[in-house]
Amino acid sequence: MAEIKLMKTPAETGLAQAYETVKTTLPGDAQSRAQAFELFTKNGLPHRRVEEFKYTDLRALMREAAPFAGTPSADEAKAALQDTKALSGVKAIQVPFVNGHFVRDAVDLGGLPEGVEIVPLAEALASGHEWLAKLSPVSWANQNPVYQLNTTFMADGVMLRISGEVDTLIHLRFVTASASAVATATRVLVLVEDGASVTLLESHESTDGANHQPNDVVEMIAGDRTNVRHVRLNAEGDKALALSTLALKVGAEAEFFSLNVVAGAATSRHQVFGVLNGENTKVRINGTTMLKGGQHADSTLVVEHAAPHCESRELFKTVIDGEATGVFQGKIIVPHHAQKTDGRMMSAALLLSDGGTMNNKPELEIFADDVQCAHGATCGQLDEDLMFYLMARGLPKKEAESLMVQAFLGEAIEFVDNQDVHDALVNVLEGWLRARA
Amino acid sequence: MLEIKNLVVQIEDKRILNGLNLTVNNGEVAAIMGPNGSGKSTLSYVIAGKEDYEVLDGEILLDGENVLEMGPDERAVAGVFLAFQYPLEIPGVASMTFLKAALNAHRRARGEGELTTPDFIKRVNATATQLEIPKDMLKRALNVGFSGGEKKRMEILQMALLEPSFCILDETDSGLDIDALRIVSEGVNALRSPDRSFLVITHYQRLLNYIVPDSVHVMSAGRIVKSGGKELAIELEANGYADYRESEAA
Amino acid sequence: MPAVQETIDQVRSIDVDQYKYGFETVVEMEKAPKGLSEDVIRFISAKKGEPEWMLQWRLDAYKRWLTMQEPDWARVSYDKIDYNDIYYYAAPKKNQAPKSLDEVDPEILRTYEKLGIPLREQEILAGVEPERRVAVDAVFDSVSVATTFKAELAKAGVIFMPISEAIREYPDLVRQYLGTVVPVTDNFFATLNSAVFTDGSFVYIPPGVRCPMELSTYFRINEKNTGQFERTLIIADKGSYVSYLEGCTAPKRDENQLHAAVVELIALDDAEIKYSTVQNWYPGDAEGRGGIYNFVTKRGDCRGRNSVITWTQVETGSAITWKYPSCILRGDNSRGEFYSIAVSNGMQQVDSGTKMIHLGKNTTSRIISKGIAAGKSENTYRGLVSAHRKATGARNFTNCDSLLIGNECGAHTVPYIESKNATAVFEHEATTSKISEDQMFYCQQRGLSDEEATALIVNGFVKDVLQQLPMEFAVEAQKLISISLEGSVG
Repeated sequence: MAEIKLMKTPAETGLAQAYETVKTTLPGDAQSRAQAFELFTKNGLPHRRVEEFKYTDLRALMREAAPFAGTPSADEAKAALQDTKALSGVKAIQVPFVNGHFVRDAVDLGGLPEGVEIVPLAEALASGHEWLAKLSPVSWANQNPVYQLNTTFMADGVMLRISGEVDTLIHLRFVTASASAVATATRVLVLVEDGASVTLLESHESTDGANHQPNDVVEMIAGDRTNVRHVRLNAEGDKALALSTLALKVGAEAEFFSLNVVAGAATSRHQVFGVLNGENTKVRINGTTMLKGGQHADSTLVVEHAAPHCESRELFKTVIDGEATGVFQGKIIVPHHAQKTDGRMMSAALLLSDGGTMNNKPELEIFADDVQCAHGATCGQLDEDLMFYLMARGLPKKEAESLMVQAFLGEAIEFVDNQDVHDALVNVLEGWLRARA
Repeated sequence: MLEIKNLVVQIEDKRILNGLNLTVNNGEVAAIMGPNGSGKSTLSYVIAGKEDYEVLDGEILLDGENVLEMGPDERAVAGVFLAFQYPLEIPGVASMTFLKAALNAHRRARGEGELTTPDFIKRVNATATQLEIPKDMLKRALNVGFSGGEKKRMEILQMALLEPSFCILDETDSGLDIDALRIVSEGVNALRSPDRSFLVITHYQRLLNYIVPDSVHVMSAGRIVKSGGKELAIELEANGYADYRESEAA
Repeated sequence: MPAVQETIDQVRSIDVDQYKYGFETVVEMEKAPKGLSEDVIRFISAKKGEPEWMLQWRLDAYKRWLTMQEPDWARVSYDKIDYNDIYYYAAPKKNQAPKSLDEVDPEILRTYEKLGIPLREQEILAGVEPERRVAVDAVFDSVSVATTFKAELAKAGVIFMPISEAIREYPDLVRQYLGTVVPVTDNFFATLNSAVFTDGSFVYIPPGVRCPMELSTYFRINEKNTGQFERTLIIADKGSYVSYLEGCTAPKRDENQLHAAVVELIALDDAEIKYSTVQNWYPGDAEGRGGIYNFVTKRGDCRGRNSVITWTQVETGSAITWKYPSCILRGDNSRGEFYSIAVSNGMQQVDSGTKMIHLGKNTTSRIISKGIAAGKSENTYRGLVSAHRKATGARNFTNCDSLLIGNECGAHTVPYIESKNATAVFEHEATTSKISEDQMFYCQQRGLSDEEATALIVNGFVKDVLQQLPMEFAVEAQKLISISLEGSVG
């Protein structure tokens, strides 16, 4: 058993105490939790001298550890879900989690469309379900402290298996509803069988005014010839510190698309850890981030081309207003054997105000010679000549700005092929712009 | 009617316009010609309200009202339209979205309601057909990947839709082949009317064969140095600007 | 695929032992006792006849250094350096303050001749137009052995001399500027240098003076187990201009040798400094035995308005390169430029780049970096561009391209781009690629051999940077790059 050493900050002490309290009650294999927490305690909460957290100093940003939320009653869960709005206009199978716990009553597990299976995670952990062996598909994600915390504390979630072509959208809805601050650790494992296709939505919401600390991990193993579209919306409450990870392993001849839209939380960090594990696969990972006030949002991305002949495209757009801070860290890794890799990564930021900050760190780590990789990063304000052109056509300044910002952010959203989802996201964007005007 | 009185303008401490006077009456098509660097494009930007220029002295009156205090958008809805020499590309903004936003801004300023989408599309399509603008061009991002001729036609389309009272054509002929020049000129001529005036800025007389002016003004060193009828343009084409450059040196 | 296969074969049979400058000069040397201590620092200071304040400065740095950790963030790996197994001072015995070249050991003069660096002014003058002349400060291990054209430069008011001499002759000037760009506490290697630096060049260009010739320093590490810790300080006073070149070589040895230099540049109002380096320290052999550990801190301070500092570097040597020539753009409208070619082959490890710190208004910077990795080498570009809150109108353009030759090497790009000002416009682009088969085919179809075609394409790849070098240097650098890549390219 891990020996818990004395830690420095109140948040770290709080996490250690929380672990001591819950470790006997959390379902499933205690050993893997213990291992994860031991790894975490070695270095504690990452700070700015830890390279991967240089721009998001969690030790400073997370002053205290919020207590982990308990299981909500049926009524509480129902009430919490009634208040949620994110992506509400989109028709999909709802898979809701309230305060980190799967709301089983809300899903007809027996009546799911063909090709969709859902297993509640807490039960699976307790019973030692065979799919559990597939957890943690990206081995190096274990080195990440945010991921380690989720592995330590994950209380519930679901395992989802997709086979064949599934036309119905599946909406994973993460809701934190509590007047006082709570922490959650939800884990979702998605298994997409060879040749299957699906569109997955994620929305993350929490009540305003409380310093909630959700830490969600979605893991996905997409087999050969799969086609997965994944859209994630961060609509967290205004005080939330939201950490999240998408750990992804994709097989051969597959297509994968993921978009993360950040429209909420005081502080957020979304990590994408992707491994392209089979040849001729195409992956596109996009991000759209809108920040104002004192918000801080970090998009961290590591894509490993573990097989030759793959293509990856990353496009991240960040708009910063007020005194907000945007962070983009992206890394493309191409090992020796991954010849004919084609990777392109772009991060563009617009600073709308004098007080904003943008930190960009696009990295290439390349060991194969027959590759084409590129990355770009730009940072600046709205183009003055374009603004003049629009105003010379009669558009007032604010409207011209909105049009330009919308066009700027829209580029990353354009890749969403489902019209309803696309429109819902455009609404989010327009809402943000209206609130600004 | 546009009146410019004693306009003095500089950019980054460099004097560009030196007490320029010019009047363009309602329904008049005035041409401004002059050598490169005489300040022609500066004049068009200053009328439209580009920020980088510092107006040291003078007035620009549109129908008696001084526009110098107005922002570029206010001038636009007041009736000033500048057809840019180099129309800008706006990635991500579909031409139709842009046209609709601009038209509605004008309608709001005139106290008219916003057009319904079918009405708007009908109007755009009618004008686009005249200007031989294919429909798929309107679906693309504004000016992105357009040829020189397509960009200029898009400018004239906007002019037709926004119904300005004072239009400036800044070197609209540059980069156009004969066919494109004809289409653009026909578009402009169709818009000539007793209550709309034009300022046609050009280096060459060629454009004025297609858009025949009522008056021609020669600009040099930031001033109008000679004014006359359309025959002045022909004279310039024959003799060049040499005479006026000397006056610059004097 | 034949071209690629051939390239791989060539890489396998790589022979790094192409190093032309690997000979050793046998002269009698005087050394400080091995290892680092206060006594050794006192010994160095006494050898240089330094004033008390300088000794104190060194001792303070040493105390500080003892508390510091060797940095480990760079992408380089090497066995732990034993700082007590190094000689910190080594000077030719016969070179005790030579008054003229006649007093310099002829062996040493022959060494520089062999390296292609004539130190006799009349030799330089023969057949060279006056404006093409280059003044040279030749540093041999821990001492400067000769400085040419001193008298003529003095006529223009330019001070160009070994820094040890400047400390004695112009103590006020040195004291005013030394350590103001790279503080004593800056980093592990810079602090070490502050404690033990032995020689290097000092340049002062008075207001309004355009330095009448190129200045250069030629560094040679000769002695075994000896570190070289040079220190260079260049001050361009208001409205002045200077172009400075630096070259470096060392003998082939099986042990690694440490080189930890500090270079400080200061440009006052309207002044311009161009600093060019052709770094060709011994890179080690194909198995990674031997070679120089090059841990260098170079920084320029655009202290005055409208000042310009340009760094140009061609890095082909060293087993390990850890080097980030940077610009602090403090003065309004100041400009910083960084042009770099880093070629790595064999087992070389390069972690190099720049920092452009925008502090003043309307400051601009430009970064062009070309990395070429071959053999089993690792080549990393690491760079920071930052705009502080008040850096209104800051502009940066960065382009870093990497070329991989063979698939046992690595090329990495690690840029940090930080903006705290909305009016700052930063553009960064980076690519990694190989020589395209289409390009190769096109060249071959026009009659070029594989080797010629590759050389042509590589030269095209680095052209933007080579153009920044003074002409004589550019030709030299071009040759050097093809030699460094010999055997690795098809």
